[in-house]
Amino acid sequence: MSLPHASDKAVGEKRSRMRAATLLPLAGMAVAIAIVFFGLDWVGTDYAYLAAYTVLQFVVLSTAWNILGGYAGYVNFASAAFFAVGVYTSVIVYKTVKLPLIATMPLAAIAAGLLGLGVGYLTLRLRGTFFSIATLALSVVMNTLVVNWAFVGGSRGVYVLRPQSIDFFGPYTRYLCIVMLILSIISVLIARAVEKSWFGRGLAALKDDEIAAECAGVPALRLKLAATALSGALMGAAGAPFPFFVTYVDPATAFSLTIAVNTIAMPLIGGTSTWIGPVIGAVLLGSLQQIATVTISSALNLLIVGVLMVIFITLAPNGIVGLVQKIRERRS
Amino acid sequence: MSTASVLSSRGVVKKFGGFTALTGIDFDLGPNERVGLIGPNGSGKSTFVNCLTGALACDAGTIDFGGTDITDMAAWRRARLGLARSFQIPRPFRGLTVRRNIEVPLAFAAGLSDQAQIEAEAEDVLARVGLAAKSRKGPRSLSQVELRKLELGRALAARPKVLIADEAMAGLSDSEVDEILVLLMQLNDSGIAIVLIEHIMRAVVRFSQRVIVLVAGAKIAEGTPMDVLSHPEVVRAYLGQ
Amino acid sequence: MVNWDLLSNALVSGVLLGGFYCAVAVGITIAFGMLDIVNIAHPAFIMMGAFIAYFFNTSYGVDPLLACIVAAPFAYFGGRLMYRLYYLAFERHGEESLQGLAFFFGLLFIIEVGLLLIFGVDYRFVEARYIGPSIQLGFVSIPWRLLLPTIVGLAMVGAVALFNAKTFTGRAILAVSQDPGALRLVGGNPVHIKEVAFGISIATAIVAGALLIIIQPVEPSIGRDFIGRVFAICVLGGMTSLPGTVIAAMLLGIAETLTTTYLGPSWSPAISFGILLLTLGVRPAGILGR
Repeated sequence: MSLPHASDKAVGEKRSRMRAATLLPLAGMAVAIAIVFFGLDWVGTDYAYLAAYTVLQFVVLSTAWNILGGYAGYVNFASAAFFAVGVYTSVIVYKTVKLPLIATMPLAAIAAGLLGLGVGYLTLRLRGTFFSIATLALSVVMNTLVVNWAFVGGSRGVYVLRPQSIDFFGPYTRYLCIVMLILSIISVLIARAVEKSWFGRGLAALKDDEIAAECAGVPALRLKLAATALSGALMGAAGAPFPFFVTYVDPATAFSLTIAVNTIAMPLIGGTSTWIGPVIGAVLLGSLQQIATVTISSALNLLIVGVLMVIFITLAPNGIVGLVQKIRERRS
Repeated sequence: MSTASVLSSRGVVKKFGGFTALTGIDFDLGPNERVGLIGPNGSGKSTFVNCLTGALACDAGTIDFGGTDITDMAAWRRARLGLARSFQIPRPFRGLTVRRNIEVPLAFAAGLSDQAQIEAEAEDVLARVGLAAKSRKGPRSLSQVELRKLELGRALAARPKVLIADEAMAGLSDSEVDEILVLLMQLNDSGIAIVLIEHIMRAVVRFSQRVIVLVAGAKIAEGTPMDVLSHPEVVRAYLGQ
Repeated sequence: MVNWDLLSNALVSGVLLGGFYCAVAVGITIAFGMLDIVNIAHPAFIMMGAFIAYFFNTSYGVDPLLACIVAAPFAYFGGRLMYRLYYLAFERHGEESLQGLAFFFGLLFIIEVGLLLIFGVDYRFVEARYIGPSIQLGFVSIPWRLLLPTIVGLAMVGAVALFNAKTFTGRAILAVSQDPGALRLVGGNPVHIKEVAFGISIATAIVAGALLIIIQPVEPSIGRDFIGRVFAICVLGGMTSLPGTVIAAMLLGIAETLTTTYLGPSWSPAISFGILLLTLGVRPAGILGR
């Protein structure tokens, strides 16, 4: 038996300190989630659950958007279209086989992921702006498709009946809220895993310089396609519970501008370079909007989000996370 | 020579609209050879490099790398086979640290998967190109010569059999040119065949075992540095007009 | 059985619509095609033009087209100011791809919601002498409210082409579109040139807005339907080419009216996207080869 070498010990300490540094935000999040959740149960009203649901939905959407937008630098304007694919997959399942929500969500994710793969395959070989423009038009087309598809309600919309309550989870709104909470945790964990993996570093390299990345052996197109599909799939999954949340779906709500704008504004305001940025942006803006809708109109509400986004990208391009980092650097 | 060549091209043609940038280039590079590729501005050197490495698709001809036909192969696959390049204007990944810049080709082109090994090799590469002290810095803090070294380091980290250095010394001072030359020689000593594209004649003459001259998209001369530089057509292309 | 009456009417209105699309897309051909500024807020400026026309028409009885022609110089200076901001905040740092796109997306959205808050969600329309009557040519009838926008749209493309060919600034715009570095070599300032060109681009959007509200009643959110259209025309037309813009606009106009005639109006918004994706997917070389 020999004593551990001093330097080994130092390395071990350093490593455990590093692990603590990465685990700390996660632990903090878990605590925050627990507090919020018990708080919600304590308030116990439907409104509290629904407000929390909306905020969590935006956590999923902005985290998903950031996998392609923040890590790879490809701007997807069609988040509402991917979300709506999830919404309408859910509507179709509801009108045909009536699978439970938990089983519908993976289907919605697959459908939206395939859409991402298809659009990506056609446009990701070109300059990034062409992809962005194609996604802008994509929302319009998906909207047109749904408007002309009578089975899913066409432009008149469709009603979805949700049960009052569900075994074990209690009120259905509480159940929806738990489902969205789990999905948001999964999304954040996926985004974090991508960021720390070679997949994410490959995306970061091609974000900076695609040709140089290819010459370093990075399969740019494949990584972009994977990121687009993954990002789209998470948005689709976020859409699946939506019909049961609103109980009435029409194209105007499924393709709403609120979703398109918030999904881009939240990561940009929070900060796009790390997984925590979109979470901060979504929680902050989402909660503010939930509070503000009570007092001001939703249009004015959205206008504020738009103005905030333009101010942030002009003056603080690295978002809130970037601002915090800057302040920290200045102190030390 | 062609039987043993690691990288070769036959009849490579590249057109941009109505303009023919390369008119059918035959090229061979032997194992561990040092070849200089020279020519006036607009002679098609960089276009040729782009065709060899896959940044551009050629309109006709074939490219062979160590017995594999790579004519239609994507750039990243060529990099994985062992064909590395540095860029005329340094193109670092500005959002990544200097060490991460080196780690990207180690993980992707060289296909390493163990993180500890990647980090160790990255530090090793940085030490070889003389950037060990800058490991944790961002590329924005590097000087011009350091950026050139980072370019070479990144190419080196792909564990190449062939390195194409596209004007790795442009804009550097005499002593800096010497630094890069020494570095390239060391890389060559470790078994990497090198194609040097350069305007600085002194460097080309010192470095190259063989020199190829491109003018207006065609190869007009090939041979030892001294032979080529006294070639009448080369003299005319460089000094005439 | 082909109904020739229906088909010829559809073709004629397609060409007329195409002429109007020239006015809509010429600004994007300048901003995106020539200057590489991805101004996705362009349709929002068109809507702004439409509501300027509406406001002056209903409040003071001004002719809608005249209102926007008077407003165009103000839009020009507004556009220059906007490019300044865009340049200082993004382009100068080479950050235009992600942040620039988000910037214009934010603008698009702010204008749309702003118009919504001021004018509401109802469809608005204008009144003028030429809205209503038509010219009858054989069994084809051409309403003036479609003919006038076509004429103005083609005239706008003609004016831009003339400007580019005859003036120093115009030639410099073309030079910038080929190679920004080259212009600097001959002593021109690319930033200034781009500023002027972007101003022109925004001015065309305002005039196109008047044409839009002459053709049909508008509400703020219909601007979004034009995003796919303007970029489809620009890309299909070969990015920098003005004749290409005209041809692509005509093709899109015809394709849309045929779709409306034979499949119903609810499908026509999808046409531009189909054209855009097809062009991007099938002929990327034509797009990148510049």
